[in-house]
Amino acid sequence: MDEKKISVKVCLGTTCFVMGSANLQELIETVPAKYGDKVDVMGVPCLGLCSIDWEFSKAPYVKVDDEVVKEATVEKVLKAIDEKLAQQEK
Amino acid sequence: MAINTPKQTSHLKREILVRLIKSFLSDNFEENTRLIPYDMRPKGHEVPYRCCIYKERAILRDRAVAGLGLSIEKTDDSELLSTLAKKALERKEPEDKPLTVLTTACKGCVPARIYVTDLCQGCVARPCVNTCKFGAISVQNGKSVIDPAKCKNCGMCAQVCPYQAIQKIIVPCENACPVGAIAKGEDGHAKIDFEKCISCGKCVAACPFGAVHEKSQIIDVLKNIKAGKKVIAMVAPAIMGQLPCTPQQLKEAIQELGFADVYEVAQGADVTTKTEAAEFVERLEHGAEFMTTSCCAGYNELVDKHIPEMKPFRSDTKTPMYYTAEIVKKEHPDAVTVFFSPCVAKRREALQNPNVDYVLNYEEVGAWFIALGIQVAECSESKFKTEASAEARNYAVTGGVAKAVQTLLPEEIPAHPVIIDGLNKQSIRDLKKYAKNGMCELGNLIEVMACTGGCLGGNATVNAYKPALKQLTNYVNSSESLKSSEKIEK
Ligand code: FES
Repeated sequence: MDEKKISVKVCLGTTCFVMGSANLQELIETVPAKYGDKVDVMGVPCLGLCSIDWEFSKAPYVKVDDEVVKEATVEKVLKAIDEKLAQQEK
Repeated sequence: MAINTPKQTSHLKREILVRLIKSFLSDNFEENTRLIPYDMRPKGHEVPYRCCIYKERAILRDRAVAGLGLSIEKTDDSELLSTLAKKALERKEPEDKPLTVLTTACKGCVPARIYVTDLCQGCVARPCVNTCKFGAISVQNGKSVIDPAKCKNCGMCAQVCPYQAIQKIIVPCENACPVGAIAKGEDGHAKIDFEKCISCGKCVAACPFGAVHEKSQIIDVLKNIKAGKKVIAMVAPAIMGQLPCTPQQLKEAIQELGFADVYEVAQGADVTTKTEAAEFVERLEHGAEFMTTSCCAGYNELVDKHIPEMKPFRSDTKTPMYYTAEIVKKEHPDAVTVFFSPCVAKRREALQNPNVDYVLNYEEVGAWFIALGIQVAECSESKFKTEASAEARNYAVTGGVAKAVQTLLPEEIPAHPVIIDGLNKQSIRDLKKYAKNGMCELGNLIEVMACTGGCLGGNATVNAYKPALKQLTNYVNSSESLKSSEKIEK
């Protein structure tokens, strides 16, 4: 079993912030409270995804390990974390 | 209710704004505007919200109409967005009524009424039948039935049902409006009565379909900048909690949009504080029982339209926007001034003030940054020419205005602040009572904020309330306080 921590990067770049990651900032507090040290969560500057073509409309982006969560909401991100954890268990 | 809850509708509104700005900056504004609904819902695209792609496009088209600053109610369905874009470009000044309702999006909710659910047990006691003063309830086939022709929506039956089987179905906009200015008409569409509307923006925030739109002035501002005019931004204090950057970076970022300079409205708030403190002393020395603040545009409109008896108690001091605009126009008579606002109410105030040419809200400013690909956190820092006080910068937080005024009062005339943190039916009743009695038993300085949490809770803010408060408070704490030498002499 791989003990590697899951990394969650909440994009706090301007595009993501305005399109909704302002409301994802709570993850930075709630995720450690929920998952302890299994998950690392932080706010990061622009992930570079918003400027490709018209992809601003899919912001806010969150990266859970290598997986990109588009139009992220708190629920979507938690679900992605749970899935990653379940995979690790296997 | 939580302040600034996240909403999918904001995402849509902001996306439209970004697309409008991009199309303005492109080489074919009119045609690219016409294409917005098709770009957002191209052939074969999934249909996320409505019955079919055509309806989705029709609604997006209407949202774009509001983004162009036009009234959705007044435009005909047959008018192309390209024609309307041209119209927006040619107008000399913004339209007067600041809100418009997207009736195509509005069909979704049923009119407010009382509804008997399946939980009804057809009990023997039948308190619903007995309490109804209008004889609207009868029992048929062992269940209570409401006769809609007789029901007056009073809700008494819902209160007495022992099974909680009767529910009051609300219309969110009607329910949120503190002055009864928006209602669903016979045709099922919500309509705003502008004789009553105080522009508080609560319906904008409450509608789950995002059907109430502010009429944007973004095209007007873009046009002035493109024409090479000297356009100056006046940013209301709440903005310092809105975006992930320092206030100095924000100033630089706004200049990158094409603004010639940025003034903090907190600068004008310092004038408001001094004037209002002096006024408070004078009023109390002349025997007044209390005074209310006068900086919230929503509250001012409330007094003007619904509580005229409060006028003698409301401070005559002007708002921070007023003083700031006066300063800017004095220093730059040739400037076009744009107020950056957290709420719709300031649009109304600006329309009445010749020194304020346009208003942009924080969502629109955010969309503009997106359209230009500006990362505010990567901007260099640009200093404000005049620094405002900590107290003035704290105006955006509920209680902040009263606190600022208090700082300058002489010891002999202390203020006992009463904070109205958000207008609703109850706080309006309280205010009416104070005005009628000519006194308020709770204190002598009543601060009124139309939005819960103060301007940080405004309908057009971008950041969530808690982090916004934290960020703004850091800025306030790093600013210089008012000096005690500035205190008002008795
Ligand atoms: S701001 Fe989030 S990807 Fe650019």
